[in-house]
Amino acid sequence: MIPAENNLPRKDDFIAVHDLGKSFGAVHALRGISFSVPRGETMAIIGPSAAGKSVLMKCLVGLYAPDTGRICLDGEDVSTTGNETRKKWAEKTGMLFQHNALFDSLQVWENICFSLIESRKLSRKVARDHAVDLLGLVGLDPDSAGLRPSDLSGGMQKRVGIARAIATDPEILLLDNPTAGLDPVLSNHIENMIAAIAQKRGTTVITITNDMKIARHRYQNLAMLHDGTLQWTGPTTEIENAGNAYLTQMLSGSSQGPITMRTGKRQDQLFA
Amino acid sequence: MTDIAKLPPGPLGSSSQRAVIWARKNLFNSWFNSILTLGSIAALFWIIPPMIEWGITNATLTPSIEACREVTGACWGFVNANLRLILFGTYPYDEQWRPLLAMVVLVGIIIGSLGAVPYAGMRKWIIPMWLVGIPVIAILMWGGVLGLTYVQNSYWGGLPLTLILSSIGIIFAFPLGLLLALGRQSSMPAIKTLSVVYIEIIRGVPLITVLFMASVMFPLFLPEGVTIDKLLRAQIGIILFTAAYLAEVFRGGLQAVPNGQFEAGNSLGLSYWQSMRLIILPQAMRLVIPPTVGSFISMFKDTTLVVIIGLFDLLNTVKLALRSDPAWTRYYVEGYAFAAAIFFLFCYSMARYAAYLEKELRKGEQR
Repeated sequence: MIPAENNLPRKDDFIAVHDLGKSFGAVHALRGISFSVPRGETMAIIGPSAAGKSVLMKCLVGLYAPDTGRICLDGEDVSTTGNETRKKWAEKTGMLFQHNALFDSLQVWENICFSLIESRKLSRKVARDHAVDLLGLVGLDPDSAGLRPSDLSGGMQKRVGIARAIATDPEILLLDNPTAGLDPVLSNHIENMIAAIAQKRGTTVITITNDMKIARHRYQNLAMLHDGTLQWTGPTTEIENAGNAYLTQMLSGSSQGPITMRTGKRQDQLFA
Repeated sequence: MTDIAKLPPGPLGSSSQRAVIWARKNLFNSWFNSILTLGSIAALFWIIPPMIEWGITNATLTPSIEACREVTGACWGFVNANLRLILFGTYPYDEQWRPLLAMVVLVGIIIGSLGAVPYAGMRKWIIPMWLVGIPVIAILMWGGVLGLTYVQNSYWGGLPLTLILSSIGIIFAFPLGLLLALGRQSSMPAIKTLSVVYIEIIRGVPLITVLFMASVMFPLFLPEGVTIDKLLRAQIGIILFTAAYLAEVFRGGLQAVPNGQFEAGNSLGLSYWQSMRLIILPQAMRLVIPPTVGSFISMFKDTTLVVIIGLFDLLNTVKLALRSDPAWTRYYVEGYAFAAAIFFLFCYSMARYAAYLEKELRKGEQR
């Protein structure tokens, strides 16, 4: 296992993050994050809440420009936002947001094929057929194409979000909690689908998940964030031998360990 | 425990029985409500019959002062006799078909555009309609071409003036307000500061001041020999004023759209303007329909303030008619009631349209 500090980006790494830092005012959301993912591999990001997982995702997709450090995609530096390279890679990236962020004013199928219609100038007829195919892929009824996001349940919205993320056949897929709030059967189906996409299309997938079983058994690589810093990264096969206290606690869910909850007086009374 | 006997009966019984039940439930369900109900009925009996007597039974429409002196009620004859003066102001009498036609065209485009707003496929016709309509209105009002005699705009007045000032005001203030709202949210400090300063200064002064500045102060800053038309200055004043208020209304709507929507658009590779046009604004605009129409209504009524710079809008032409003959002067209640009725007609239509638009757009959302 290579310690995180020495994990400098290599030329052949498809996604390479080096010494990434991002602050919001006085809050250090991310500090000194370095990791890499080879092309076509999958990585799960785990970590307690407020660890900086979603901020890292938004840096990767180009919504936030890092304060320090670099992000390289296929050897191209995309650390600054608002330029052509960054825009090119944004179009090659599909993202599912934590709260889906579906467009409330548009129908489901328009949501899914939005960038195909607007950026790639696909005809609405073709786009709609494509959207219906994708709906089938995520296990939704084709009839839901004409609904509005507000008509859907939380789990259905999540799947529409996933369909939107994969609609452009992206090279990079960033999924912020794709199976949160889904039942075990459905979440299994979604994970199978993500694995199949990675395998058949060679898509590089980074997924944030709170499901340790999924993180361990469905992903090739793992990154563990805590309090804005990277605690551990490496192949999931090496988890057992990692000997990392944060990782061990995260995987077991124990209350004993370096990850502490900020408990107030009232919680203490509640549990007393 | 539910006492079934006390539950109101279903839609059984005759309509009069149901009316009694309804009244008992809604008007006389407590001693306090009973007093209020009886008091309101008494007040209506006290107000309405005299009003009908004054306004209809004892009133006259005959356009002569003699007829008016004979009746005890309203002298609608004043309005009847001065209708053209009130509606068209000092526009040359023989040419008054032109402002009438211009008004018909204007109301036509307004209804056409408002009707097109709820339907995405029709919206693209709104701008062409105005691009054709405005020159037609301008030609009708000004003339000077196509064999129409030239009418200086200092002769314009009455309802056409009110409608032109407010509709042109709305169609220019709307995009300007939108730009200001976006500017205020901009991450570029210069644009942000400029927008904030503009909005706060304009909102900090009364419209009368803006109009007065536009008409009296502004020309002092212009170089010798350059004059900008008085009507145009008033129009610009109204646009600038309304835009500042609309900007704050729009900003409220923009803030109500979750940031995630913008991020999602951005992550799909959309530019700022694409995200705004396709994702954020449709949601924000739907949210701000009620306050936007509120701004339009108050602006429509505020156009009456152009009187202070000597323009004859609908309210001022009533005054003009009252003064046209000293004998008419005492019938000011009738004159202002007529103007009020016209204002009410337009403002209430706007309010109804806003309610309709909200319903239409929500229907689209649930489709």
